[in-house]
Amino acid sequence: MTDKIAKRNKTYIEYVEKVSPSTNATHSLIKAFAIGGATCVIGEILRNLLALAPSIDDKAAAVYSSVILVTAAIIMTGTGVYDNIARHGGAGSFLPIRGFANAMSSAAMEFRSEGLITGTAVKMFNVVGPVIVNGIVWSAASGTIVWLVSVIASL
Amino acid sequence: MTAKSQTLKFENKPRIIAGMSVVGRKEGDGPLGKYFDEIDDDPKMGKGSFEKGESAMFATAVAGAAKKAGLRPFDFDALFAGDLLNQLISSNYAARELPVSYFGLYSACSTMTEALSLGAAMINAGYYRTAACVTGSHFAAAERQYRYPLEYGCQRPPYAQWTVTGAGCSVLSIKGDGPYISSATIGRVADYGVTDANNMGAAMAPAAFETLLAVLDDTGLSIEDFDAVFTGDLGRLGARILRDLSAERGVCLGQKYSDCGEMIFSREQNCYSGGSGAGCSACVLNSFILDKMRKREYNKVLLMATGALMSPTTSFQGESIPAISHGIILEND
Repeated sequence: MTDKIAKRNKTYIEYVEKVSPSTNATHSLIKAFAIGGATCVIGEILRNLLALAPSIDDKAAAVYSSVILVTAAIIMTGTGVYDNIARHGGAGSFLPIRGFANAMSSAAMEFRSEGLITGTAVKMFNVVGPVIVNGIVWSAASGTIVWLVSVIASL
Repeated sequence: MTAKSQTLKFENKPRIIAGMSVVGRKEGDGPLGKYFDEIDDDPKMGKGSFEKGESAMFATAVAGAAKKAGLRPFDFDALFAGDLLNQLISSNYAARELPVSYFGLYSACSTMTEALSLGAAMINAGYYRTAACVTGSHFAAAERQYRYPLEYGCQRPPYAQWTVTGAGCSVLSIKGDGPYISSATIGRVADYGVTDANNMGAAMAPAAFETLLAVLDDTGLSIEDFDAVFTGDLGRLGARILRDLSAERGVCLGQKYSDCGEMIFSREQNCYSGGSGAGCSACVLNSFILDKMRKREYNKVLLMATGALMSPTTSFQGESIPAISHGIILEND
C-alpha cells in the first residue's frame, strides 16, 4: 500500500513538474541586469560626484554613496514602490545593497502593528536574520583561517 | 480506499436564502466585480490593522446577509465561521459581537463548503432553523502569517496564487426561497507529495479530484447532470491538473467546469495563477453563483472548495502539503 502511494506520488510530482509554468530565464536575466546595472551606475555617478567635493576623499565617497542608496531603498519601501521594482528586478534589485535595506525596513513596518518593542524590534530581522548570522559565522571562520595561516607561516 | 459513502443527503432541503459578499479593491476590479455586494477600498476597513480589517469584513458580511434575509444577526441559531489566520482570529472576533452559538472551523480554503455542509446537516436534522455560514481571507493578513512582509521585494513563481481579500456569508434556513443544498460530500485528506508551498494548485488538485469522484460515485450523477461545476481556488494550473486527472479516469469536465480562483482575477491583474484563500469560494458563491441560480441560468451546481492544509512550520520541516476538498450540490426546485 505504502509502495503504491509512493509510486503514485512520484508519477504525480513528475507530471506536476512538467505542467508547472516556469519563469522565462532570458526575460528575467535581462530585467535583472538592467535594474541591477542601473543601480550600480547610479551608485558610481554618486561616488564620482561626491569625490568632487574637496572635503570628501575617495573612500568616504564610496561610503556616502552606499548610504544614499540604502536610504533611497528604505524610502522606496516606505512609499510602496520598492516591491514593484523588485518584482521585475529579482536578484538585480536585491544584490546591490538595497535588498538588505528593503528586507529590514519592510519587516519593521509590517510588524509595527504589534508594538515597537514586541513587533518592530522583534521581527525586524525576520528576513535578514540568516544574512547576519551567515555574515558573522563566515567572517569569523575566514578570520580564523587567516590567523592560522599566519601562525603556520611564522613557524 | 473503502467503498463507504462520503455523501450526506439532505431530504429536508436546507436553503441558502441570502448571501452577502464583501471584497477588497483588487477583487472589485476583477471580472466578477459587478456581482459583489460591497467593495472596500481600505484594506484595513478603517480599523487599526489588517487582522481587524478582516474581522470587520466578516461582521459586514454577516450583518449584510442577515439584512438581505430579512433577519437580524441575533435571529441566527448558529454561526459557522472560519478563516486562515492562526487561532481563527477573524472569525472569533467577529463572533464576539454576535450572541449566537458559534462553530469555529478550519479547513483552510475549503472552509466555506465545510461550514455549509455542517450548517445544512444541523438544519436538516432539525436542530437549527437558521444558521449563518461565513468565511473569508485577507491578502495582507495572510501574507504576513504565511510568507513575507508586504513591502518586501521578492519574486514568486508563475504558479503562485494571490490570496483573495474578501468575506462571504450565506444564510441557511429551513424555510424561505433560494437554492437548496441537496447533498454534501465530505472530503478526505489527500496528499500526493507536493512540497512546494507556492504550488498550492498542484497540492490541492488531487483532493478536488478524489472528492469529485466521490460525488459522482455516491450520487450516481455525471458531469452532464450539472449546469456548472466549480472548484474553490485551484488557480489556472490546479484547474488544468484537475482536468487532466479527471480525463485519465474518463470524466470529462469540459466547458461546465470553472475555478473560482481563476475567475476572480483577470490575467492583467498580475495574480500569477489566480486567486486563493477561504474568501475566494465564499465570495464567488455568494455573488456570482447565487445570482446565476436565482436567475435560473443554473439549476444544479456542484461546488467543491479546496484547501491546502499547510503551515509554514511543517513546510520548513520538509513535510508535503495535505489538501482537502468538500463538495456541495446546490439545486433549484
